[in-house]
Amino acid sequence: MAAAGLWTRGRDIASLLTAGSRYSSTSFSSSPAPLKQRIIHHLYTRFYDLESIINWTVHLQQWNIRRKNAYFGYTEKHYGRSAAVTYFVLSQKGGVRFQGQETWFRSNKRGKINWDFLNFKDVPVEEVDVSGSPLNYIGLDNLVTLKELKMLNLSGCPYLDDWCLSRLHVFKDSLEELSLAGCPQVTERGLATLHHLENLKRLDVSHLPSVSNKELIAIMMEEMLPHCTIIGLDYSSELAKESQPETRTEPQELRAE
Amino acid sequence: MWSRWNLCSYCCRHYLSPLRLSCGVTCDPSYRLLSYGSRNYKQNDFFRDLDQEFEKFHKKLKESLPGSSWSPFENTVHLAPERADIVIVGGGVIGWSIAYWLKQKERIRDGVKVLVVERDPTYSQASTVLSVGGIRQQFSIPENIRMSLFSAYFLRTINEHLGVVNEDPIDIQFNPSGYLFLADENRAALLEENVAIQRSCSAEVALLGPEQLKKKFPWLNTEDVALASYGLENEGWFDPWSLLNAFRRKALSMGVYQTHGNVAGFDFFIREMVTSSGDPVTFRRIKVVNVQAPNSLEYQPVECSIVVNAAGPWSGKVAEMATIGSGPPDTLAGIKIPVEPKKRYVYVFHCYDGPGLNCPLLIDNTGAYFRREGLGGNYICGLSPDEDEEPDINNLNVDYEFFQQKVWPKLAHRVNAFESLKVKGGWAGYYDYNTFDQNAILGNHPLVQNMFFATGFSGHGLQQSPAVGRAIAELILDGSYQTLDLGTFSFERIYNGEKALERNIV
Repeated sequence: MAAAGLWTRGRDIASLLTAGSRYSSTSFSSSPAPLKQRIIHHLYTRFYDLESIINWTVHLQQWNIRRKNAYFGYTEKHYGRSAAVTYFVLSQKGGVRFQGQETWFRSNKRGKINWDFLNFKDVPVEEVDVSGSPLNYIGLDNLVTLKELKMLNLSGCPYLDDWCLSRLHVFKDSLEELSLAGCPQVTERGLATLHHLENLKRLDVSHLPSVSNKELIAIMMEEMLPHCTIIGLDYSSELAKESQPETRTEPQELRAE
Repeated sequence: MWSRWNLCSYCCRHYLSPLRLSCGVTCDPSYRLLSYGSRNYKQNDFFRDLDQEFEKFHKKLKESLPGSSWSPFENTVHLAPERADIVIVGGGVIGWSIAYWLKQKERIRDGVKVLVVERDPTYSQASTVLSVGGIRQQFSIPENIRMSLFSAYFLRTINEHLGVVNEDPIDIQFNPSGYLFLADENRAALLEENVAIQRSCSAEVALLGPEQLKKKFPWLNTEDVALASYGLENEGWFDPWSLLNAFRRKALSMGVYQTHGNVAGFDFFIREMVTSSGDPVTFRRIKVVNVQAPNSLEYQPVECSIVVNAAGPWSGKVAEMATIGSGPPDTLAGIKIPVEPKKRYVYVFHCYDGPGLNCPLLIDNTGAYFRREGLGGNYICGLSPDEDEEPDINNLNVDYEFFQQKVWPKLAHRVNAFESLKVKGGWAGYYDYNTFDQNAILGNHPLVQNMFFATGFSGHGLQQSPAVGRAIAELILDGSYQTLDLGTFSFERIYNGEKALERNIV
């Protein structure tokens, strides 16, 4: 009991220390940290015990993310590719749609999984929705086996970074729709690798806080993916705000090219 | 009480040698606290403040007693510590990586005392920060590929390895845009062979023919290209300065000492022996490293048990100081470390209609390379000069004639848009060029047994630094390679004349 209490408290301490500026590495905030955080840092630099507790909790958090992204090799071996992917996605509280099916398989609110998907274990998976899950680079091991994937929703994944985007080239022949909306770690450097996805028809890149020069990126991405509708990088409104009405036509001309 | 003891040890450091010795032997932490501000010790703030107070007091004393230069306090913060277990010569990315891994692998807190000696704290001529910062798996030797794959893994999870609590997460600004190697008809078979090796080491590399290439990169002139290999994952470029700083910050927080100064020489234990065939052999062990303070003649002898030579382009000179290569030729003692500094130019140019967002780091079949730098139509490029045209290495001036005559025609031939480019600037940096086989030299020297080399990377040291640091730390702390066997890069291969030739050198 006491150990559990200590554990939760330790986790709070670690989150206080580490969560301060998790994804804002580009901004150099010089504002002083809150008092509680400063006190804990003060103690952290002075007591070895506190230092090791905090380091352990940080390691545990990292281990937990790795655990959630483990490769479902056993399931794949015994039930096949589609079943393994579905099981992985459902345990991430995501959704899966099989080829030729209308309905999505999703886990319910309490994380209970509907095991009926085992009836479709030989049917290829066409659409995957893992939005808001702790998916990261190693978690993609589970998804890259899908050769027939048409739609992938990765929106709101906090651990999805540029390294992950560089792995999406495996879907280059099939993927038609991709959503990266609201991924805090995705930057323009990762978006540049999407040129592999030649069949992409719809790309959602709205609300990406780490992308700088959004207007320029929008133009360059439209150049890179000419057959794709890019949603979320709306440069025309930005241009309209800054410049005169007659230059507002400029984006349309560029798009025509 | 505490402060008085520290004050005592501080002032006595240079005057009462018996006390100094006893302090060092018992490893009293308070002794070390005051002497070296670099260490991120517990209670460091208080003692760092105390150090500053001492300096202030020293100044005041001098002002109030202007006649005499004598002072009861000698300020020795700028000098290296008197002893360390492992001295790493060279504070580039390799040196700091080795320091980090040594600390990472130590079993108990402060199990090894590591000192990094760096000549130039501004890193103005350091090869690390002057490099282009690429990482690739497209090598021809499996060890190189595996090292690079590990480095990619390390960089991907850099915050798990090098993250420091309560500091901003590390962002090395990795651009996963890949390398594109082009080959003409003569070298196409070789390229295919290399790709087979790379794939067998589980690197993701695609082979592209001229038509596929033209379709993928319409801006490319594929006239004389027979085959191209394109790295799909884990390849690209990143910011070398961020990586160096991350290694440095983490190593310092783990208790590595750093000092700024030149290594002026070594003192040895010498043991004369005779082989079974009657030849005399001299074994040496480095006993003391003399570290000279910057801009002065004052130096500090550092007693140590192991020296790591990670001085990059200047590691040949460091080895010479350790009498390596001074013996009669054709003997083991007469073999020099074949590492020389070689100057390489990097040019920055602007081209308004050049390759766009999908531009990889392209390596032409002529050896010229270029990559995108940012989004504003800027590119950086370079080329290794022919052997008879090696530039003078005494300074880092940039030769723009070389760009006009050698680099530009090759780039303009490959990408037609580059015919109208504008050079914006450039810089030069040193390769730690291994003249023997353009590959790393890792491991200790057979005659100077406690000198370990981590040098001769010939331009790919930055990308291999995490793997090399781990390998050298294993060699020192475990006695052999544990995770990745890099025995092919040992010094013995130079004596035996077995070249580990790398075919993909840029």
